[in-house]
Amino acid sequence: MSCTVSMTVNGKTVSREVEERTLLVAFLREHLGLTGTHVGCDTSQCGACVVHVDGRSVKSCTTLAVQANGAEVMTIEGLAAADGTLHPMQAAFREHHGLQCGFCTPGMVMSAVDLVRDNPNPTEAEIREGLEGNICRCTGYHNIVKAVKAGAEAMAGAQATPVAAE
Amino acid sequence: MANPNGIGASVRRREDQRFLTGRGNYTDDFKRLNMTHAVHVRSPYAHARILGIDFTDAAAMPGVVAVLTGADMEADKVGSLPCGWQIHSKDGSPMKEPPHYPLARDRVRYVGDAVAVVIAETREQARDAAEMVVVDYEELPAVGSSTRAVAGGAPLVHDDAPDNVCYDWHLGDKAATDAAFANAAHIAKIDLVNQRLVPNAMEPRAAMGEYDQSNGEYTLTTTSQNPHVTRLLMGAFVLGIPEHKLRVVAPDVGGGFGSKIFHYGEEAVVTWAARKVGRPVKWTADRSESFLTDAHGRDHVSHAELAMDADGNFLALRVSTLANLGAYLSTFAPSIPTYLYATLLAGQYKTPAIYAEVKAVFTNTSPVDAYRGAGRPEACYLIERLVDVAAGVMGMDKTEIRRRNFVPKEAMPYQTPVALQYDTGDFAKNLDIALPLVDYPGFQQRRAESKARGKLRGIGFATYIEACGIAPSNVAGALGARAGLYECAEVRFHPTGSVTVFTGAHSHGQGHETTFAQIVAERFGIPIENVEIVHGDTNKIPFGMGTYGSRSLAVGGSALVKAMDKVERKARKIAAHMLEAAETDIEVKEGRFTVAGTDKSLGIGDIALQAYVPHNFPLDELEPGLDEQAFYDPKNFTYPNGCHVCELEIDPDTGVTTIVSFAAVDDFGNVINPLIVEGQVHGGLVQGIGQALYENCVYDEESGQLVTGSYMDYCMPRADDVPSFTVRYHEDQPCTHNPLGVKGCGEAGTIGAAAAVMNAVVDALSDYGVTHMDMPATPEKVWRTIRDAAPAPAMAAE
Repeated sequence: MSCTVSMTVNGKTVSREVEERTLLVAFLREHLGLTGTHVGCDTSQCGACVVHVDGRSVKSCTTLAVQANGAEVMTIEGLAAADGTLHPMQAAFREHHGLQCGFCTPGMVMSAVDLVRDNPNPTEAEIREGLEGNICRCTGYHNIVKAVKAGAEAMAGAQATPVAAE
Repeated sequence: MANPNGIGASVRRREDQRFLTGRGNYTDDFKRLNMTHAVHVRSPYAHARILGIDFTDAAAMPGVVAVLTGADMEADKVGSLPCGWQIHSKDGSPMKEPPHYPLARDRVRYVGDAVAVVIAETREQARDAAEMVVVDYEELPAVGSSTRAVAGGAPLVHDDAPDNVCYDWHLGDKAATDAAFANAAHIAKIDLVNQRLVPNAMEPRAAMGEYDQSNGEYTLTTTSQNPHVTRLLMGAFVLGIPEHKLRVVAPDVGGGFGSKIFHYGEEAVVTWAARKVGRPVKWTADRSESFLTDAHGRDHVSHAELAMDADGNFLALRVSTLANLGAYLSTFAPSIPTYLYATLLAGQYKTPAIYAEVKAVFTNTSPVDAYRGAGRPEACYLIERLVDVAAGVMGMDKTEIRRRNFVPKEAMPYQTPVALQYDTGDFAKNLDIALPLVDYPGFQQRRAESKARGKLRGIGFATYIEACGIAPSNVAGALGARAGLYECAEVRFHPTGSVTVFTGAHSHGQGHETTFAQIVAERFGIPIENVEIVHGDTNKIPFGMGTYGSRSLAVGGSALVKAMDKVERKARKIAAHMLEAAETDIEVKEGRFTVAGTDKSLGIGDIALQAYVPHNFPLDELEPGLDEQAFYDPKNFTYPNGCHVCELEIDPDTGVTTIVSFAAVDDFGNVINPLIVEGQVHGGLVQGIGQALYENCVYDEESGQLVTGSYMDYCMPRADDVPSFTVRYHEDQPCTHNPLGVKGCGEAGTIGAAAAVMNAVVDALSDYGVTHMDMPATPEKVWRTIRDAAPAPAMAAE
């Protein structure tokens, strides 16, 4: 049995006929070809699949595509500016070597961006607790924590700049 | 430093741009026209006879293209997955090497053993149909642990391996060791378990097979740490495809940690099936499947004794280990508990006599093979736990007993009693750097402060040395490796001066695209942007042995230097010709070729252009082109070493352990990119801490069922479980036998950390009379230990 699912993904309206059981992550990866969102487990534990749905981080491996019908979805592919300039969080991960194999990275970055939206100036402990739903096997988290801290500061700076200019 | 992106610079990684923007290319990301999807039917039993397979209903399910079984593979003469190492038992007999078919033929031997494969238009359809395959099993008694395997009357995993023994091996001088024990003033003893772990790279294994009917060529895209080895093993031994008709691509790979070294059955299945069904076939493991079928790590049960004189000098070490190899021999499996373990039992100490016995057994569990550190963490854990016990026996400070027994720097090169020759190392220096980092003199005061808050504080030391840069082919061959372990590199200058490097090393997180480019940029004085590093494709790279055993830089980097030497030699000839000078008069510095004593010079870019536009070359003496290839076979292993110190606090009410600080001091020889090296250490430390405090792969001993088959049951270390680290390294003791002076850094953290943490846990519990605890030190285990112990005097007073 199939159904039509429509949503906005990274600013573009998309509509596809899919099986009702299609997961959001499968919709993104298989139907839209957005393979930046990864599947690292089958128990909603690892966070490699995190995307934003209506601005909040969501594990797309345990969300049905139909649940996101009509929603605004952002994946890692949509995070950088249109001209390719990295989002401050992406740039901070690069600057602080917050990634190695890159597999958990998209979910980690999307989670970090949402974390900082909730808490613009997180402490190390708050960052560690906030990323508890994302597993990384490579970095030992040390540099991820540094990156998120720096990313948060950069995000605050990026928001502050236009205000200061006014 | 002349080049801002040269050796020693913390260059930000070039591969990050694609990973951070979702443009990585992992195996499951690939799609092909007409691609089909494979799902395996796997045994729910640890041990059973296959009486029949009925897939009539499955084959009729929507979208199903084919259902294939072991019988189909047998009919097509598909072979057994080969093992790369051969070990001989004490009595000289070769190890037992039972066949391991990609799809089981008559018996299944572990939960997850593949019985059939369903190929369908979509993954979901294949999954639905796989559930409809009916396998008639006759369940057999199973062996779920190594201790059960060797208990009298245990069921046999393989009929031709009596007592489930694969080999019974030994190393060292038994007579000298026994004699030393007979004269010892003190003996320290320990029994310990190095528990089984699941490597858990975040990208699950995946493989896609393709067959091109127009030319008879196969392509396998796979999550591999060493595509050329997979090509050789699968082509020559399993499927009978010659190398020139088989391309293996390992694209971006999401972590390996050893588990992606090996040639797995699924790779052979999709490659074979692609021809069978005439369409590309892709298989991707889900995490549960990874837990069941990835090669696991560790799983040793050991007894060890250390003989000492009256002053605490080590006289001899005696070790007996029971190693679990699982149901079948994985590619490297036999070498892990032998040549990568027992040879490291000297550790950093000048113990004159060592004797180790290792009995390796089959069980009805997933195969066990190399996992980050691979044998060396097991050796380090055993030695360092035993040394702490010895300090207790002697009433000595734990740093003092280590310092007293270190192999001194002056003794290098040092021949150990267990076959290795350490080239360099200053173990006392590592400790000297570490002690101030952790304020060791202030520990007792911190311990008292913790106690005042009702907490138990402990400090633990671990020193380690590892044999990396695997491996000198002559040594590896003598030890039973069926292949050499050199590496290959090709350096190709293009006409306009940019460079493509082809390396047989494979990056799955290590950052070779950056570090290897730094080496080239430094050597030729060119911008790093002009250097491209290509890896992971057998059609592009001449040959390669891949990445594991911290070998990429020490072996692959050395091959790169050798190829650059050849390029420079050729460039010097071209320069001499163009500058009308004698070759011997050309001086070379960072890619500039100058006639000695003149201002006549050429840059490597000018030379590259001339090499491809050779209008006036003396063709008898000088070939056009600037493209050189080299193979490098190391003369010895490399020996990274270090000292790790963990300080932690235990809450006796809950048993929860919190790491307060962790310092790692390492000697990796020369360092190319400090940022990347420190990142490797951080990640390694957390895998070691994970083993010490959280991770445990549990099989039910009798049924052979995997109890910890998901992240719900297998505790992975998360961000809020671990601290930030203090990481230091020194470059005073570069490797003496490779051109970069490098030793390797990939496994060090994992090797030292588990022992440091457990020594700290035992230290924290010392008031309760605890002298050992097996890993992982979970809150429950710690809490029960405290509850069952006699109350500590000081705590009882509170």
